[in-house]
Amino acid sequence: MDAQIALILTQDGITNGAVYALLAMAILLVFTVTRVLFIPQGEFVAFAALAMAALQTGRPTTLVWLLAGFAVAEACADAWAIRKRRGAWHLPRGLLLKLAYPFALAALLYTLPLATLPMAVRALLVLALLVPMGPQLYRLFYQPIASASPLILLIVSIAVHIALVGLGLLIFGVDGGRTDPFTDTVFTVGPANVPSQVLWVIGVSVVLIVVLYVFFDRTLYGKALRAAAYNRTGARLMGISPVFAGRATFFLAALIGTVSGILIAPITTVYYDSGFLISLKGFVGAIIGGLVSYPLAAGGAVLVGMIEAFSAFWASAYKEIIVFTLIIPVLLWRSLRSHTVEEEDE
Amino acid sequence: MTPRRLILIFLALLAVAPLVLPPFYVTLLNYIGLYAMVALGLVLLTGVGGLTSFGQAAFVGLGAYTTAVLTTQADTLPAWMAWLGASPWITLLVGLAITLVVAWLLGAITLSLSGHFLPLGTIAWGLSLYYAFGSVDGLGGHTGLPNIPVISFFGIALNTGERIFYLIWAFMLLALWSTQNLLDSREGRAIRALKGGRIMAESMGVNTARARVIIFLVAALQASASGWLYAHMQRFVNPQPFGLQMGIEYLFMAVIGGAGHVWGAIVGAGLFTLLKQWLQDWLPRLLGQTGNFEIIVFGFGMVLLLHRARGGLWPLIARWVPVRRAPRAIDSTAPPLPAKPMPTRGDVVLQADRITRKFGGLVANNDMSLDVHAGEILALIGPNGAGKSTFFNQLSGVDTPTSGSVVFLGREVTGLGARHIARMGLSRTFQHVRLLSKMSVLENVAIGAHLRGHKGILSSAWRLDRHEEAQLLACAAQHIERVGLGAHMHDEAGSLSLGQQRILEIARALTSDPAVLLLDEPAAGLRYLEKQALAQLLRRLKDEGMAILLVEHDMEFVMGLVDRIVVMDFGEKIAEGLPAEIRENPAVLDAYLGGVD
Repeated sequence: MDAQIALILTQDGITNGAVYALLAMAILLVFTVTRVLFIPQGEFVAFAALAMAALQTGRPTTLVWLLAGFAVAEACADAWAIRKRRGAWHLPRGLLLKLAYPFALAALLYTLPLATLPMAVRALLVLALLVPMGPQLYRLFYQPIASASPLILLIVSIAVHIALVGLGLLIFGVDGGRTDPFTDTVFTVGPANVPSQVLWVIGVSVVLIVVLYVFFDRTLYGKALRAAAYNRTGARLMGISPVFAGRATFFLAALIGTVSGILIAPITTVYYDSGFLISLKGFVGAIIGGLVSYPLAAGGAVLVGMIEAFSAFWASAYKEIIVFTLIIPVLLWRSLRSHTVEEEDE
Repeated sequence: MTPRRLILIFLALLAVAPLVLPPFYVTLLNYIGLYAMVALGLVLLTGVGGLTSFGQAAFVGLGAYTTAVLTTQADTLPAWMAWLGASPWITLLVGLAITLVVAWLLGAITLSLSGHFLPLGTIAWGLSLYYAFGSVDGLGGHTGLPNIPVISFFGIALNTGERIFYLIWAFMLLALWSTQNLLDSREGRAIRALKGGRIMAESMGVNTARARVIIFLVAALQASASGWLYAHMQRFVNPQPFGLQMGIEYLFMAVIGGAGHVWGAIVGAGLFTLLKQWLQDWLPRLLGQTGNFEIIVFGFGMVLLLHRARGGLWPLIARWVPVRRAPRAIDSTAPPLPAKPMPTRGDVVLQADRITRKFGGLVANNDMSLDVHAGEILALIGPNGAGKSTFFNQLSGVDTPTSGSVVFLGREVTGLGARHIARMGLSRTFQHVRLLSKMSVLENVAIGAHLRGHKGILSSAWRLDRHEEAQLLACAAQHIERVGLGAHMHDEAGSLSLGQQRILEIARALTSDPAVLLLDEPAAGLRYLEKQALAQLLRRLKDEGMAILLVEHDMEFVMGLVDRIVVMDFGEKIAEGLPAEIRENPAVLDAYLGGVD
């Protein structure tokens, strides 16, 4: 291996690592606030990339009908909850607006000249399509059993994940998708060529991570979410609604996942089921951080990206084995540090 | 209709199934049997033990690949190993041995982790093993290994679906019978305590870490055996059926059937397999595309099930068919269990010397010392938050003091852990009742006798433990009668009143044949007559030479019963003496009633 290959691999590793770091943050965020291990995080990445690819070829993606389906289900669930509470049917305006939103978006998608729109507008459309699905997933699948044990919530996560993979196949088909880069410039740094897309990925990741940090450390909403993460009951007594906290975190997670998907769409070909492995690598990063520390999780995710890139060079057949076996020494180290007998939740 | 007759009908139907059903359905039943065997392991692991694994498919793969490699490539092995491939029956044992080693290693690493790390760990190694099947040389890559020989059973080649059907279901029923036996035994009670009762179980002497490893190994071995059968049924293996997708499906089967019930494994595997077959036929036609769209239905169906019927389908079925067994008969003629000799009356049996326990900056116990003598009742009293329960935890080994020492029966036991101290003859009850509310009173109390039995997993699974089991249950029953809960012997523990549950805890503690009994607020929630009966019982135990240390707030109960009193306030001892002295002690009055400023 010479310096040039090492540089290319490092560049690969950091690019992938930056995306894993974003996902690790989202996973950590959702877990600390809601105790949900959000496996479907990866589907947002895959769906975003595939939706970008579809819009680029001028096809309005049928993904919007999934959004509409979830919106209808959510409206029914909300209306039923109001009926149970008040004893009479009543449809508040917010509910009707939420119901109208996907249909308005569909009208937009089917009338706009998608292929000729600027990339940034297409990215906005994809965000408008996918990000609302985060709170929808929370409302439909997690909120009704928010107080269940983390293990039950994990099984729900896995179930939602496989259902979404199946829907992904139905919506996008088996073919992979890839988009044009945001910008075509290629920089030359010493012996290596750095495509500008790599800088986009790293730049946007760093900005998002800093924004999240500021949000959680400096703003009232951020502090409220953190309070909900530390102590649900206590936060509730202080007037922080766990439902609000859940929806807000799922909104952020969906936003992070969608942005990640838009970022990597020009770098690698994404398939309907690619999201799982991508999000699992984010999980490995988050676990390295012990599912508590944001900086450790981000560092762990970059490490996963680097190990993946270098093992792809040395032992490409064993790449996935190496990445996922990496988790075992980490778990071993953690288990050696904990000795107490803990009571498991029912 | 009795449960026994129901099982006989089920067996008869199974026996004639291959003779009357078309081959397609026999194949389907074969798959159901194979899947149910893996799901049964998950029933034990997840439903009973509370540990979740998404990696069971990898253990199925270990069993399948071991036999595939050994039986098809025996000629490429070194001469001293070639005999291993001579017969599938040898490779079954080799596969089980390899699975045992791999599962033991993975279990040693991941099982001590709490909650969510374990399932994530299983996803990780499940994926690693899956990729290993596809990329290690000699395993045939993603195209797989063909030409696996058929199993022959006493000269009969099991080369058709109808023939191997009987072998598959014999394995499945053997596994079912063993698991059911295991759960209904001394080790089984320890396993059933893992979910929500670990601290209590440790205090009764159960090694809960070991019990977790055991159920993990049992589940892995059942999966491995299923893989062996699969390889010789298909006569071909490739990595695909051993991936994470399948690992998830196995867990779904267990949850659909009802993860806490052995028969749920068959119901879950059966329903899942039939539904999958049906959906795979219909959905592509309905949607006009090919693809495994059944996962959409399974995914959302699973969410619905977890929202509406978290216990799975078996409890719903069990309501309609008579599957509840008659309560276990107690053999009162069983020879009594050997009992430890009581220490000599008046000897110091338990001695705490300057115990300090800090939680960060909070000093919960400060320099606490006391002696307990054989044949006395000592009360530890003090206002709420004085640190009495914390002190109990230091004495019984549930917690380790920051400094100071505990000497029990002449031996230093500080930091030894609840299990070891329990083994030496200390037993306790808890301030917040810790019992397994779904188990019967008898079974709950029998957990107390855990250390007085010795039969292990295999004896339990194959019913070689019945003599000892009768002794344990007779001992438990005797103590239940003694504390006055005889009428509730077979009721669910959760159905008792809080006061009765406290009494149940005392019976459980007595069943362990202790020299010292620690009771944390035994009279709370008891009615007047129940309190009198309890006081009478404690006096009798004291007369037999037992040492009793109790925490109690009911002063009337304490003053009339105990020999000496130690008073705590703010983590420290403020007074010690006879009840009459304590009643007059100014420091005590000050602590309880507030100072006169």
